[in-house]
Amino acid sequence: MAVNAGFTGRTYPPTSPYSVGREKIREFAEAVGAVDVVHIDPAAARARGYRDVIAPPTFAVLIAQKCDRQFIVDPEAGIDYSRLVHGEQRFVHHRPITAGDEIVGVLTVDSVKSAGGNSMVTTRSELSTIGGEPVCTATSTVVIRGGE
Amino acid sequence: MSKSEQPSNSVLSVTDVEVGQQLPARTIHIERASLVQYTGASLDRNRLHWDERFARSVGLPDVIAHGMFTMGTAVNVVSDWVGDTGRVVEYGARFTKPVVVPYEGGADVEATGVVTAVDAQTRRATVELKVTCGSDKVLGRAVAVVVLD
Repeated sequence: MAVNAGFTGRTYPPTSPYSVGREKIREFAEAVGAVDVVHIDPAAARARGYRDVIAPPTFAVLIAQKCDRQFIVDPEAGIDYSRLVHGEQRFVHHRPITAGDEIVGVLTVDSVKSAGGNSMVTTRSELSTIGGEPVCTATSTVVIRGGE
Repeated sequence: MSKSEQPSNSVLSVTDVEVGQQLPARTIHIERASLVQYTGASLDRNRLHWDERFARSVGLPDVIAHGMFTMGTAVNVVSDWVGDTGRVVEYGARFTKPVVVPYEGGADVEATGVVTAVDAQTRRATVELKVTCGSDKVLGRAVAVVVLD
């Protein structure tokens, strides 16, 4: 089943806030082998001008995927999750994600294309603090392979 | 700001960077344990990344690394080079080929990068990453933008 093209341009309401914690940043940094002390040592992070420890560049995917889930699990979207493959991911950081941030995401479905039985969906998550400060724009493209 | 609070000056200066400059290459060794650790940290619990039987049942040769794991580890080449991870302001990649991670021996991913643009006005440099596993290019259009001192 092809993904419902009628979702193109749809924007979802803001997600509930994601609380960025020091220990989650440390855990993620260790998992991707990011050794910069700015992820684990608040004093070192402050010495570089940050408010607290900051997250590695791809940490934002944790929050972006929370945004994407709203669309992916929507039965009317027609997405078979078991056939979904991540095709591309991009992040534009307006400033580093920092421990203590409360981040909400607004998801927009930028495009839905179908070709050769496969569907390609591009979504954009605008992440900002609950105070409205822009933090990151995350763009994701997934491919949903067609059934046999 | 007192002197002790000055940001550290280990960040590359725009005058240190030129187009064509190669970033130090590194080998990223990936084991099953690396994928389990990333599964926990990222909350991406897709069975393709840790369940061999499941991966084979959908036609893969073995479990594969999360594309985001490969992307997340490869960018360390850029952040370590620039001297502060917070200076990586843009980063993106296409997942062109899966990294297959066998139980025995794991997999080795080679990551390096080259500077493709420097803008002295904005102090921004663009780095194109080359990320391979064996003869496969596993990330495509892998580009990071950094802000230099």
